[in-house]
Amino acid sequence: MTLQELHIRAAALQQLPPQLMTTPPLLTMTAISKRYGDVTALQDVSAKVYPGEVLGIVGESGSGKSTLLRMMNLEDIPDEGDYRLDLPGLGGNLFHLDRLERRMLCARQIGIVYQNPHLGLLMNHSSSGNVAERLLIAGERSFEALRARARDALDASEFPLARMDARPVELSGGMQQRVQLAKAIALEPALLLLDEPTTGLDVSVQALVLDTLKRLQRDRAITMVIVSHDLGVIRTMADRVMVMRRGSVVEEGLVDQIFQDPQHAYTQQLVHAKL
Amino acid sequence: MQPVLHVEGLAKTFHMHHLDQRLHAFSGIGFTLHAGEFLLLKGANGVGKSTLLRTLYRSYLPRSGHVWYHTAEGRIDLARAADVDIALLRRREIGFVTQFLIARPRVAAEEIVAEPLRQAGIAQPEALSEARRWLEEFGVKRDLWRAYPTTFSGGEQQKVNLARALILPQRLLLLDEPTASLDVNARAALVRRLADLKAQGVAMIGVFHHPGDVAGLVDRDIELKSEEIDGHVDI
Repeated sequence: MTLQELHIRAAALQQLPPQLMTTPPLLTMTAISKRYGDVTALQDVSAKVYPGEVLGIVGESGSGKSTLLRMMNLEDIPDEGDYRLDLPGLGGNLFHLDRLERRMLCARQIGIVYQNPHLGLLMNHSSSGNVAERLLIAGERSFEALRARARDALDASEFPLARMDARPVELSGGMQQRVQLAKAIALEPALLLLDEPTTGLDVSVQALVLDTLKRLQRDRAITMVIVSHDLGVIRTMADRVMVMRRGSVVEEGLVDQIFQDPQHAYTQQLVHAKL
Repeated sequence: MQPVLHVEGLAKTFHMHHLDQRLHAFSGIGFTLHAGEFLLLKGANGVGKSTLLRTLYRSYLPRSGHVWYHTAEGRIDLARAADVDIALLRRREIGFVTQFLIARPRVAAEEIVAEPLRQAGIAQPEALSEARRWLEEFGVKRDLWRAYPTTFSGGEQQKVNLARALILPQRLLLLDEPTASLDVNARAALVRRLADLKAQGVAMIGVFHHPGDVAGLVDRDIELKSEEIDGHVDI
């Protein structure tokens, strides 16, 4: 620990473990480390997300925030670390699941929306077909049921149903994100992961997509993790915020505390650069 | 009688890294607050009254001291309670009223006001009708109830903000100049609501630019005095 870090710690009190919150965290990641060759992507990162909560992760490119999210989606496995979801029938470190178990868990319990719709969608299949694919993986076979559930999910994502058979390649960026969102929530997952979901959209479209996410969060109490370099997005969406830099967590706190009373020099710089 | 809040030796310092400077906001703050009591924070501008409110709410992290909050399950120190516990108390028991509304795009005024009731598990129709009652009480024109407050004037936004903040009775209410930018009728509605909440046993701590507005409600006051800014601190 440097002298400066000592100084920061002395400036605020150490937090106690939860006392009133008696529900266990839905997501617990402990001591995650990952290197790609000489590059340290994540260094001893731990995170907890409680049911119904929205955790925001901010940081510049290369901070490790998207790598961490991909690990929450079991797309990547760390060199070290433990990952648990508090769900019936699940025990032990999820990084030890085999490929098939991982695929089933992700299809049923984890939804994800990527910044780049090409990562989440088949661009030349119909939008409804993209959503139905997720239901097929989970075992739904009746055509009528597939179509009805795809329609419900698209509707909940505020996608215009008249266009449900259009291919994503024909849609605007905002509509493509709604299709991704419908696919992500079709099976009512326990956890929704959002990787820069509105980056690259026009500001007005961004506001509409964020509003849809807020509505879903309020009506269904979905637990969410949202990664963004856009502080406005994090401020709108998150209950708690983790600030990452160079693969480590530099600061963690309630969203208003991170924005109004940032403790770490890096967070202060980040917040003041925005204002 | 069991207190709601017991504050001991509370201190707040801001450390501004880019200036390598420390700003001492206040220290040695202590008081006890019971159910239904109204505590007024007094002192010159910039003396740290709002800072103290924000520190109690934990938007600011205290440097030292204790903020004992008494719950049905025992006492908890808000100065060092886990973030998730603070978030939980804010949803259920501790309210903060500022003069600023954080409006969200495309959310109607009545929905913003109804939100705390929805979060408390009250059904949408009932929550909305209660929200409309409070919009009416604070004098927001009926035509605006379905509109988005992002486009409202400062005064109208403030009324929406108050209706939302006061719709659900809390155990502890922190008031940061809620009367600023309010017209006479809305101010009267606010004072009526505060008197009503006080009678229901809500404990309140407030900062008021014109304390005369709430003179009839105040039980006690605390005078904050200014502290010096340290120069450059050697590390």
